Amino acid sequence: MAVRTFIEAIREGMADEMRRDPSVVVLGEDVGRKGGVFLATDGLWAEFGDERVIDTPLTESQIVGTSVGAALNGLRPIAEIQFADFIFPAFNQIVSEAARMRYRTAGGVAVPMVIRAPYGGGVHGALYHSQSVEAFFTHVPGIKTVVPSTPHDAKGLLRAAIRDEDPVLFLEHKKLYRSVRGEVPEGEYTVPLGQAVVRRAGRRLTVVAYGLMVHYALEAAERVADEGIDCEVVDLRTLRPLDRETLLGSVRKTGKCLVAYEDNKFGGYGAEIAAIVAEEAFDYLDGPVSRIAGPDTPAMPYNLALEDWFMLSPGKIADAIRRLAAY
Amino acid sequence: MTVTGRDGGSAAGGGGSRGGGSAAGGGGPAGRLAAAHGLADADLLAMYRTMALARALDERMWVLNRSGRAPFVISGQGHEGAQVGIAWPLRRDHDWVAPFYRSIATCLVVGMTPRDLMLAQFARASDPGSGGRQMPGHYGHPGHHVVSVSSPVATQILHATGIALASRIRGLDQVAMAIMGEGSSNQGDVHEALNFAAIHRLPFVFVVENNGYAISVPAERELSVRDVAQRAAGYGIPGVVVDGTDVLACYAAAREAVARARRGDGPSLIEAKVTRLTGHSSDDQQTKYRSASELAEGRTHDPLPIFRAQLREAGVLDEITELELGGEIAVAVDDATAFAESEPDPDPATGTDHVFADPLAGEAPPPWHPSRPQEAV
Repeated sequence: MAVRTFIEAIREGMADEMRRDPSVVVLGEDVGRKGGVFLATDGLWAEFGDERVIDTPLTESQIVGTSVGAALNGLRPIAEIQFADFIFPAFNQIVSEAARMRYRTAGGVAVPMVIRAPYGGGVHGALYHSQSVEAFFTHVPGIKTVVPSTPHDAKGLLRAAIRDEDPVLFLEHKKLYRSVRGEVPEGEYTVPLGQAVVRRAGRRLTVVAYGLMVHYALEAAERVADEGIDCEVVDLRTLRPLDRETLLGSVRKTGKCLVAYEDNKFGGYGAEIAAIVAEEAFDYLDGPVSRIAGPDTPAMPYNLALEDWFMLSPGKIADAIRRLAAY
Repeated sequence: MTVTGRDGGSAAGGGGSRGGGSAAGGGGPAGRLAAAHGLADADLLAMYRTMALARALDERMWVLNRSGRAPFVISGQGHEGAQVGIAWPLRRDHDWVAPFYRSIATCLVVGMTPRDLMLAQFARASDPGSGGRQMPGHYGHPGHHVVSVSSPVATQILHATGIALASRIRGLDQVAMAIMGEGSSNQGDVHEALNFAAIHRLPFVFVVENNGYAISVPAERELSVRDVAQRAAGYGIPGVVVDGTDVLACYAAAREAVARARRGDGPSLIEAKVTRLTGHSSDDQQTKYRSASELAEGRTHDPLPIFRAQLREAGVLDEITELELGGEIAVAVDDATAFAESEPDPDPATGTDHVFADPLAGEAPPPWHPSRPQEAV
């Protein structure tokens, strides 16, 4: 198997799908000649041309709204939002239009499209290049939200997302782009949406994570393993639709659940995971469902000391594991 | 920019029409008025019939509302002339419209039936646009290429640009037309759409039905310019103003814009000056913010009697034909009302259908939820 970085896997996923299906097009800011600010689309313009790799003006609502219309008329657009922090001008198009089109037409039409957005902090990105935006969108039925953590999953989930009949928000943690390498199968494969995976088996406590936090959770689990705390790490991969079975199966086995998410804590996606575990696995719990998450500030500050203070780390997660394990 | 229309001299009409405005022109032997627009008398009658049918359906919807049989109405009364004239050049079931909640006559032109519209009004399960999920007036029809209307205004203009883009990429030769009021035209999506459509010379037509009010706010408090069409210059595209009571001027302007779009010369903006004969909706009382004299003046711009007079004067419409049309329309409205009212409501058990393509993709409700079988608890 070939070894790829996270961003190479994403680029290959798009290129493979564009070769396979002429209805797949890419729209976004700087996605053409430049290949995107992170080079996710590097080479696509040269291979597929102006017609299928479209540089847009700085108009996020237009990128998504035009994609909705293109999807209504037979294309499968991949809309790139340059940073997840800039997705909010498109919020209305995503929530009111893309997510509701199938429902409000009672299945009459569909808008198969993918919105790719680099998210997350720890990259000196300050308030507006660091945000985790998943909670705004996982609240909304009608759009799927995917957050891969490995190159294998990034490519396989992206291909599945492009082929999906519904809109998919595909969130890529910027810090993973070039820091993570992994084996990616040659040729045709997809990773189905809506399936979580147990990354590390354990009996004492379940840590639920996604994206970059999966890596931090695995590292934290290694640290506490020496202290006799045997953690299971669940990588959700798709936040919505949620794989309840894997989540609840793990918690029912371990009896303790810690949710680790990078977004600020209050009302974050992890709150929903905690609520589901509390409701549906209550009889199996022998400790409070707990969350370790970012501080409740409006966004991540720039100064490195402040950024470190905001970001979760393997050490912070390990501490949270110890506290919950000791309950 | 070409400016014609109510304020610019209605006698001239727009797009070369000499028979428009207040029916001052016209006349002459049968066929001349139609021929001047590349149409036949039968087309003019069909246009008039569509306007009158839209009006009669709309009026019936208000009766249903005021008699407690329909909770909500949003109206196209006063807009029908512009709607029929402007949608007329579109190729049915081929071109696309992304309309708004006053587009009742537009929807009839592109193929929706009185029954379709009444099914939406009663929000029945068989409502072809939404299966009873949408508010009345929020029409849609996949087969007729009517994009489902939503209430957050102006979003549809971007959908039309995407439809036009897909038409270009797929070589479908389709034109996409987005339609909204002048109030909606102030939204940021409009700027983003016109800029993008103009850059890519998309097969796209933007139509503004300017009725002078965004619910209660008059045009001078919502537009920095007199005509929305002036803004077309900012995108380097043609912008024309037409008198919305001059059906054939509207038709001429749209025919030109649609042809231009289809031959690859890019988008156009058409602004039709119309009047809003009703409140914003059945929940609005417009006498609170419009004077009696202003409302009376507005009624003089009702496109229906103006077009009727024009056709009568041109010898296209005679009294017998008018009576026959009136009878047909009454039957169609009664039929649509009775049919739709007798259709079943959507089953609440279908309430979670069509969230996703695959119903299993939606998360199952928790075990204690009433929608789950009790044995699952």
